[in-house]
Amino acid sequence: MSLQRISAMVSRHLYLYRRSLPRMMEIFFWPLLDLLLWGFITLYLRNFSSSLPRAVLFFLGALILWDILYRAQQGISVSFLEEVWSRNLPNLFVSPLRPGEFLLALMSISIVKLLAAAAITSILAWYFYSFNIFLLGASLLPFVLNLTLMGWTMGIVTIAVILRFGQEAEVMAWGLAFLVQPISAVFYPISVLPRWLQYLARTIPSSYVFEGMREILQNGGVPWISLFAATALNGAYLLLAVLFFYRNLRIVRVKGLLMRSGTE
Amino acid sequence: MARTVVEVDRLTKIFDKVVAVDDVSFRVQEGEIVGLLGPNGAGKTTLIQMLLALVTPTAGSISILGQPLPQERQKILSEVNFSSTYVSMPSSLTVMENLRVFAKLYAVPRPHEQIDQLVERFEMTRYRDCLTRNLSSGQLTRLSLIKSLLNDPKVLFLDEPTASLDPDMADKTRRLLREIRAARGLSILYTSHNMKEMEQISDRLLFLHRGKILATGAPPELLRTFQGENLEEIFLKVARVGIAGSAGNGGDQK
Repeated sequence: MSLQRISAMVSRHLYLYRRSLPRMMEIFFWPLLDLLLWGFITLYLRNFSSSLPRAVLFFLGALILWDILYRAQQGISVSFLEEVWSRNLPNLFVSPLRPGEFLLALMSISIVKLLAAAAITSILAWYFYSFNIFLLGASLLPFVLNLTLMGWTMGIVTIAVILRFGQEAEVMAWGLAFLVQPISAVFYPISVLPRWLQYLARTIPSSYVFEGMREILQNGGVPWISLFAATALNGAYLLLAVLFFYRNLRIVRVKGLLMRSGTE
Repeated sequence: MARTVVEVDRLTKIFDKVVAVDDVSFRVQEGEIVGLLGPNGAGKTTLIQMLLALVTPTAGSISILGQPLPQERQKILSEVNFSSTYVSMPSSLTVMENLRVFAKLYAVPRPHEQIDQLVERFEMTRYRDCLTRNLSSGQLTRLSLIKSLLNDPKVLFLDEPTASLDPDMADKTRRLLREIRAARGLSILYTSHNMKEMEQISDRLLFLHRGKILATGAPPELLRTFQGENLEEIFLKVARVGIAGSAGNGGDQK
């Protein structure tokens, strides 16, 4: 494992983000729009505060945490797509960069992106709506860690599929997170879902995080069982995602698809 | 006696039911420039991709710098390099940024010196701070060639490297490659559809047709064997008729 090669890949993406307005928007503008939209909705809901206590806390907390998951996934899949779009993938795969280093570099880039996005949304939520994300206390770190791990898992699955099936699978980079959003209990508790969806939701690590967040905001205390369940599921899924990536890379090498990346 | 840097033994690649490379064997010696010649679909690119570990062979073995592929993939890839007209570099980065990234990936010692020297030799100094997307196709090709020389490779794989260069720059590139070969014993495996270029630069040619090596030899030797005026004439014969060459499939050895 070479830190130099990983940092080379990170610097390649930092060079890109430094001067690209659309990419900076991806980090700052869209989260800001989400924040404004949900912020105004929650201000409106505050009028019915007796029936929806702590609505602001629930919605804004959920929004900031959801954005962490989404940015973590995008940090992997969109950064990979940058290589496909620029037809640079063959250059990387004929360099000494190992696939594992490539994945670690993508994870590092996603950390940079999600920290930037989370910082800006947290500051603005505090400034505009007096919402302090640090109300979540000691649980905040394991929550963020679990959402990041789940985002990485989805990102790795996405790039493994794009690697194997080409740019037609690109839609996964934008849509996969939203596919699991309804059963992640982001803005409502699992209990509102039909029973069969509740079972499905319990296999999704993020559902434990969002349930845990509501638990803290409502009753205080750290939901250790939820955190443990989320971490165990995330560990297993991340391992499977990495194995899936390596398996697809092997297939792609057998089928000779690497050179075609970005050219179809 | 020159050392063998690339050794290919009975290499075969079958995609579904299509045989792209068929039981091919050859060697490349240190300091040798070997041209891969053949019509479209002959198997040249697949062969180069297998030598770069981008494609897994169906059968046969590859050894580069005495190390087996794919077992020693990382070690080999740090000592070879590749340039192709069909592969690009990140377009939103400047020339220098791209080269710095690749210098880091290849752990180039004294990267600034190496980059400056190559940028100057390929007459790209005035484009150092240009975004890659603003370069012409000839400038992009030169950038790709600079990238391929960053790590002082021992073996260089070039897939139509001069396809988009003007005659002046193509000539300078060939001269530069010969200079580097003379100075450091660089070995090059080269594909091109420019017959004159192949004749000028190659020490030896491998004629590929439908995945097989039909003939191998130095350009003058092939002209004599096939009684052709020039390589183009021989190429047309091979492409259209598929004549069996003197060395035949699997023919080898310098």
